[in-house]
Amino acid sequence: MSLSELSEAARWVTTPMSIGLILVGLFFLFVAAIGVLRFPDVYTRSHAVSLTDSLGAFFLLVGLALYEGFSTNMVKILAVLVLLYLLNPVITHATVRAAYRSGLQPWSKDDA
Amino acid sequence: MNSFFLFVLMTITLLIAVYLYRVLRGPTVFDRVLGLNGISTKAIILLVVMGTVYGRVDMFVDISTGYALLNLVGSLAIAKYLEERGEVL
Repeated sequence: MSLSELSEAARWVTTPMSIGLILVGLFFLFVAAIGVLRFPDVYTRSHAVSLTDSLGAFFLLVGLALYEGFSTNMVKILAVLVLLYLLNPVITHATVRAAYRSGLQPWSKDDA
Repeated sequence: MNSFFLFVLMTITLLIAVYLYRVLRGPTVFDRVLGLNGISTKAIILLVVMGTVYGRVDMFVDISTGYALLNLVGSLAIAKYLEERGEVL
């Protein structure tokens, strides 16, 4: 039994699992969007953009990779996922560091 | 299954509109850069979902990899420039 036949046989369990993972990922992306909309300054918003967004992308891309079945495409999608997890924190860190070094004061309860 | 992926595509597109609001409105320039970063993350996911809809994931994944790398270079250049400039707005 080859690997592609195995993934065809397992489709009845991988497809519902991938739908569930994609829905969870959409939920996290939704939460991240609410955070970007509602948080008061750059330092708090960066949490929504980097942390929650990366988690949503993780669930979504793992769901899509599972839907593809065991093939080259699955490895490619997981490679994009690894790339995203390496690059997203780097970019957010660079932006927030630029904000801090430019002298942007963090939000406090007093200026609410 | 295809209509489910179309639903995912539409939802992510609506979420991009929220980030676009942050890019257009954002009080400081750093908010705009962060919003742009969020949009490009969404675009990467969107490309992979689009590949699944069209049944050509092998091609679309390569495009999204290139997009991620271009996003890294651009965002790092902008962040470096803003750090050297040293102004808040």
